[in-house]
Amino acid sequence: MSYPPASLDQVLERPETEVLVRARGLTKKFGSFTAVDGIDFDLYRGEAFGFLGPNGAGKSSTMRMIGCVSPPTGGELSILGRDPVKDGSAIRARLGVVPQEDTLDMELTVRENLLVYGRYFGLPRRVIRERTAALLEFVQLADRARDKVEPLSGGLKRRLTIARSLISEPEILILDEPTTGLDPQARHVVWDRLFRLKQRGVTLILTTHYMDEAEQLCDRLVVMDHGRFAAAGSPRDLIARYCSPEVLELRFDPDLHDAAADKLKDFSAERTEVLADRILLYVPDGDAALAAVRAGGLEPLTSLVRRGTLEDVFLRLTGRRLED
Amino acid sequence: MTVLARGDDPPQTPPALGGTPSPQTPLAFRAFQCWLTVYRRIWRSSVWSSVLGPICYLGALGFGLGTLVDKHSTASLGGVSYLAFVAPAILATGATNTAMAEASYPVFGSMKWNRIYNGAQASPLRPADIFHGHLMFMIMRIAMNCAVAILVMWAFGAIKSAWVVLAFPAAVLTGLAFAAPIAAWAVTVKIANSFNYVFRFGLVPLMLFSGTFFPLSQLPAGLRALAYVTPLWHGVALCRAFSLGTAARDPAGMLGHAAYLAVLAAVGIWAGARTYRRRLYV
Repeated sequence: MSYPPASLDQVLERPETEVLVRARGLTKKFGSFTAVDGIDFDLYRGEAFGFLGPNGAGKSSTMRMIGCVSPPTGGELSILGRDPVKDGSAIRARLGVVPQEDTLDMELTVRENLLVYGRYFGLPRRVIRERTAALLEFVQLADRARDKVEPLSGGLKRRLTIARSLISEPEILILDEPTTGLDPQARHVVWDRLFRLKQRGVTLILTTHYMDEAEQLCDRLVVMDHGRFAAAGSPRDLIARYCSPEVLELRFDPDLHDAAADKLKDFSAERTEVLADRILLYVPDGDAALAAVRAGGLEPLTSLVRRGTLEDVFLRLTGRRLED
Repeated sequence: MTVLARGDDPPQTPPALGGTPSPQTPLAFRAFQCWLTVYRRIWRSSVWSSVLGPICYLGALGFGLGTLVDKHSTASLGGVSYLAFVAPAILATGATNTAMAEASYPVFGSMKWNRIYNGAQASPLRPADIFHGHLMFMIMRIAMNCAVAILVMWAFGAIKSAWVVLAFPAAVLTGLAFAAPIAAWAVTVKIANSFNYVFRFGLVPLMLFSGTFFPLSQLPAGLRALAYVTPLWHGVALCRAFSLGTAARDPAGMLGHAAYLAVLAAVGIWAGARTYRRRLYV
């Protein structure tokens, strides 16, 4: 099968419900600190699965365990049907990893980075050459093949890391915060490439604290907080389950903020969320709610009616904002 | 499914996430190839320092200081010229210096700066493979520099015996006896400054008091005993015996020196597999 597979049909030849990663009561402790606190999940072939949560939620620890570079402290974990503790090397041969921080060799050229990595996987030089050409094309770095890595921008380095992770034609691609630290344009390029990989049937596992990233890329996701899952489902499910159809965002004069918040508590919103700078009203109809707020004698400086997002889901589930 | 230790404390030694690797190039050799690729970019400058180092030392000490020493008596040197006396010591200390240079900052940097180890870790390579591959590269660098040093010794006319061919493996073994334990430790180092202490208070006295520039017989008894336990003294003694052709007089002593160095290297290799695993599998 060519890589990435040319069409979804090639992938669907395999049973659709094949479980690639299975965790039961998976736990990771560092001394007395519990980073991952007994989580259960099944990841299926061909899906894009996201771990959404703030920094310190246990996402990276989970990813490192799935990447077979961190032995679980407790519970069960099986990856590609094998035990990561006993068969780590063999499992890693079938994974691609995009770590949170790039681990590229800055002194080498773009192409040499792929060569070194391909050799780690024991690929013959001829195969590495062919795949390098295709992969650099795929991440739009073909014209930089002979350039040193050091002067490349953050976005280009990220794309090179993604190309490098694909050199072994992995069945599962693990991405730990793939676009953290990139500017918006660079993020969109990365998303586009990841989306194409997903379309071609590569199983993606990613962590993010960007709700838009999760919404764009993930078929299913879990909201993670304090090492546990607060909720799980598709982005649409989660929004429908934990959020009203619309959200009315109100911003008041800072001096009137607290008084307005008090007054709005009596307002018949499904839920009211008072942030430091804004007040969020979860309502079925935002415009109607805004009219009602004004009729009640409150005049916000600015107002915004928008659809519910994963950010709202997270706020509801954990009482905190994602990027705090 | 293995359920690992539960409880408040992490397991002291993390289990090996190992297993059977795929049957192609040995895993450690793949890591070694990474270092070769990196070295291809810098070998020219490194060759210059390999050649110039021994030339400077042999020129200054062998000829400069040697002329002065040889005017008096060379009896305590075993009746050979100072140049012939000091040259094998420069070979052994050169191996030690190369070992220190290759096993300190490059190991620390691969963990902390460019994170080469972390990149390699996401492949089939296991921590021990990453360690062994890097160690292979260190051995290669030590061997390169020792070969150059022996050639320079020969050009200076400092070699007294054909036994010198055995001084080559002896010097490489001396380097390995340093490289393996240093690398095993360097991977655990948290701040780069730690290396300065080792260089200043470890390597420099070692270079001066290991029978390198003057025979140990010149030292007071207490200091002499201390010198006998340092690995460099054994390396120097071994190299010197082969370069001067005196090895056959004391075969048991030679074996003793070699065994001491081999044990040190073996301990380093054993320890490195463990420290690398502890640092990389957290």
